[in-house]
Amino acid sequence: MTDRPIPKPTPETQHFWDGTRQGKLLLQRCNETGKAYFPPRPFCPETGSRNVSVFEASGRATLYSYVINHMKAPGFEPPYAIAVVELEEGPRMMANIVDCPQTPEALQLDMALEVTFETLTDEITLPQFKPAGDIQ
Amino acid sequence: MTGVSIVGAAETTEMGKVPGVSQVQHHADAALNALADCGLTLKDIDGIATAGHDPTEISHYLGLTPEWVDGTSVGGCSFIVHVRHAVAAIKAGLCKTVLITHGESGRHQIGKHPALFPLQFLQQFELPYGVTTPPTRFTIPVLRMMKETGLTEEHLAQVAVVQREWAAFHPRASFRDPITVDDVLNSRMIAYPFRLLMCCLMTDGGGALILTSTDRAKDFPTKPVHVIGTGESVEAPLISQMEDFTSSRAFRISGRRAFQEAGIAHADVDHLMIYDAFAHLPIYGLEDLGFVGRGEAGPFIAEGHTRPGGKLPMNTNGGGLSYMHSGMYGMYALQEGVRQIRGTSPAQVADAKISVVHGVGGMFHAAGTVILTNQD
Repeated sequence: MTDRPIPKPTPETQHFWDGTRQGKLLLQRCNETGKAYFPPRPFCPETGSRNVSVFEASGRATLYSYVINHMKAPGFEPPYAIAVVELEEGPRMMANIVDCPQTPEALQLDMALEVTFETLTDEITLPQFKPAGDIQ
Repeated sequence: MTGVSIVGAAETTEMGKVPGVSQVQHHADAALNALADCGLTLKDIDGIATAGHDPTEISHYLGLTPEWVDGTSVGGCSFIVHVRHAVAAIKAGLCKTVLITHGESGRHQIGKHPALFPLQFLQQFELPYGVTTPPTRFTIPVLRMMKETGLTEEHLAQVAVVQREWAAFHPRASFRDPITVDDVLNSRMIAYPFRLLMCCLMTDGGGALILTSTDRAKDFPTKPVHVIGTGESVEAPLISQMEDFTSSRAFRISGRRAFQEAGIAHADVDHLMIYDAFAHLPIYGLEDLGFVGRGEAGPFIAEGHTRPGGKLPMNTNGGGLSYMHSGMYGMYALQEGVRQIRGTSPAQVADAKISVVHGVGGMFHAAGTVILTNQD
């Protein structure tokens, strides 16, 4: 895993990475509209309002789209899926789909997913997604 | 009419695998070829635009003293966007004669400028998931497109097949031998569902354009190519944040502005270039520019409408899939649009009067559109 890119938090994203280290997926929402957004920033990208708050997402998501990469990549064993998931709260984010065969048959669009966390370093824990269990 | 025309256009002397030429040299070689094309000298240039490279280095290397500079760098469509900006600058009287250059040592990476690319959120929220080269990111929306619209892998393969037919006309194209849908679908898997022949080349080269006012354009030795419509937009720096995976907002806005400005209908278009870094881009382009309805682009290409003899000849140089792709392909799409409107393409569309050139920047990050004509 040595050469794998490790996120370098910036001031507006620090809370997100502090959250993942504690096993929480933190989003932000606009207090004016109630709408959630991602990636983190200290204002709502829709209204421009700085009246925003951080909250913990449910961790539930669906598989929105993906590719299965067959080329070499540092820290990864091809073939592996690079996915975009749609969170229950609305925003989308990139993830790998873990605990699941990396095949088109196993990776069905709109399948239910749940967040899980992958520790990369003492500082950085990455949110990942896996097929949801029976209890939704 | 915008009142601005393209009077000079040329690609680099060599294209493809060019091991002995640096990136700035590609810029300069293309610039000198474009100047020779229209009978101007470096002293005549008072405006410079380039992308993927700091314009200061290109300007100084060429010995220019510009009074207008544009370094807008939003990916491979930047040169198409530069045409729009140059039109505005010339009309506003900021400069008279603009040189737009592109050069890239895409294959050999000689003297390559560090990438001008949005990185902060990419570094944190995408690179950790094993995205590397463009085939691992640009391609992600297509499975959603397939589920929502019925697009198939065969449709994607057809894009590559048809463009290879066009490339066969061009002596300078990198790949000219015919291919079949089976060839494409049996080529090496790169990033499911994309196979090798659905992905662009990686080559060395460049191109340049020279623009001036249409009033002056009639004094040049070349047949003027009038710019009649332009558009541009940007969307998201991360593929995961693209609003709609089945349609590019930047494509729609850029295309709509260009068509409005030109005052033309889709049926007026004789020739079309849609930047094809990957086989899905002409599909998105045809739908987002409004040439066909949602879900119709795959069948439209498969039915032969964009191939030689079809009603809407598209990517007639063979595109980034077969002709040339140095990394920022937009300049080559412009060059073929100019050739078609001048009547000088090796794959000439009979009596082409209006050409639409549409480009993507980054991974659906940006878009630029220009509409060209030879009609006064």
